Amino acid sequence: MLNVADILETIGMIREENLDIRTITMGISLLDCVSEDPDHLCTRVYDKITRTAEHLVKTGVDIEHEYGIPIVNKRVSVTPISLIGGSISPEGYLKLAHTLQRAADTLGINFIGGFSALVHKGMTTGDRNLISVIPEALAETTNVCSSVNVASTKAGINMDAIRLMGSTIKRAAYLTRDNNSIGCAKLVVFANVPEDNPFMAGAFHGVGEPDSVINVGVSGPGVVAAAIRRAGDCNLSELADVIKKTAFKITRVGQLVASEAARRLHAPFGIIDLSLAPTPAIGDSVARILEEMGLEVCGTHGTTAALAMLNDAVKKGGVMASSHVGGLSGAFIPVSEDEGMIAAVNAGALSLEKLEAMTAVCSVGLDMIAVPGDTSEEVICGIIADEISIGVANTKTTAVRLIPAYGKGVGDSVSFGGLLGTAPIMPLRTDSPARFIARGGRIPAPIHSLKN
Amino acid sequence: MKAVITVTGKDSVGIIAAVSAFCAEKDANITEITQNVLSEYFAMIMIVEIDKLTVPFADFAAGLAALGSARGLDIRAMHEDIFNTMHHI
Repeated sequence: MLNVADILETIGMIREENLDIRTITMGISLLDCVSEDPDHLCTRVYDKITRTAEHLVKTGVDIEHEYGIPIVNKRVSVTPISLIGGSISPEGYLKLAHTLQRAADTLGINFIGGFSALVHKGMTTGDRNLISVIPEALAETTNVCSSVNVASTKAGINMDAIRLMGSTIKRAAYLTRDNNSIGCAKLVVFANVPEDNPFMAGAFHGVGEPDSVINVGVSGPGVVAAAIRRAGDCNLSELADVIKKTAFKITRVGQLVASEAARRLHAPFGIIDLSLAPTPAIGDSVARILEEMGLEVCGTHGTTAALAMLNDAVKKGGVMASSHVGGLSGAFIPVSEDEGMIAAVNAGALSLEKLEAMTAVCSVGLDMIAVPGDTSEEVICGIIADEISIGVANTKTTAVRLIPAYGKGVGDSVSFGGLLGTAPIMPLRTDSPARFIARGGRIPAPIHSLKN
Repeated sequence: MKAVITVTGKDSVGIIAAVSAFCAEKDANITEITQNVLSEYFAMIMIVEIDKLTVPFADFAAGLAALGSARGLDIRAMHEDIFNTMHHI
């Protein structure tokens, strides 16, 4: 039996608190497209994607209209392209990137993820060939996203791959210099990457996945912030309960949309990604939740503790609301995509070092952070290695999406528009880690006893 | 199957009549109405049966939204499952 208060609560969440489904992402396996002829491979890839996801956008729109809940993005993730490209030439890989773009255009989706390689222990020739054209692929396409997994808790950290990613990121920034180095916003470097993540830019369709699958990412920072505001001056045990209950409700909507989308698209339901994903819109910020919890500004002392509690409570509330949970599940803290984070950086309250500490207790990592364009490759590698180490040592996913904005320095900012937002250029230490990075090799996997 | 229609905005003459007429025209049977006015702010919740709708539900919802914006009201029609799922285990 529906009651008025429940109905008004749901309407209020959608209308005033920006509740939405952030993404329906269809994962598509391309393993059956493999061919030794690059042109044939591209044809099969295009056909498989456009055939499997033919009704994705329309289904998303239909569900949106029926249930009255905005579904912001409809996306596709595919098998890491280095796995299906095998030994084709770098030019062949670039052709595959264009094929993905063509498929995205045909489908009307806003991102396609999976121009990816998994190199946490070592690199194949195919991996090298793919990575060598990532900058061109990102510069010559608009909707193709790329990711590279360079480390895992079981394999350790592939520092040779990190070194390669340092130069790849710099080159992507240069090739897209006329557009605020936007290429880097579509490239993520991971540790312990999840194989069922629906969020971009890091989504791909893992090798243990079925032919196709529906994964859904929920959102709702505004809803959580409003619930905390209404809770007033309660203690933290009570506040954790408020967050859990809110996360439960948000996730139930995600589960409904995911099951409905899976049924209509004849694909199995995969997972719900329980993430608080912010947008640059006012009232849709994770930083503002932390401030609502009682911090004067996000980034001050106490931020890591507040974020740890928020992240944990969101997961506890969400887990019971969904039959399968996966992906990145946790609070996201991208700087450019979060109005409160941008304000905190501009106010000088939030530093890169604090963001790094925060990533030890929440989802993902150093995300959508703009740094000076003249940052050296070695410093970028050092930032990646630091962040990746946090993931490897703590058996969690971490990632880096850095934008060394070409021609920009501290005091400037770069604006990407839309969900990618605006990023103030953040200062970095300039002392060189070059000798450490130049050593290459692998950092061995961490020990899992003697925990300290 | 049922849908929930919510109407909110500044009160004026004929809101219920307009929404009811629209529902009747599209063969949506009204089973429940809750309505009140608080300091000129009108709020109404209608539960309607949508099994016999003469148009696709998306068009029904879009028609109501258009009817609302012409009168300066926010009118939403949403499948009841979103409320049931969110508020009932």
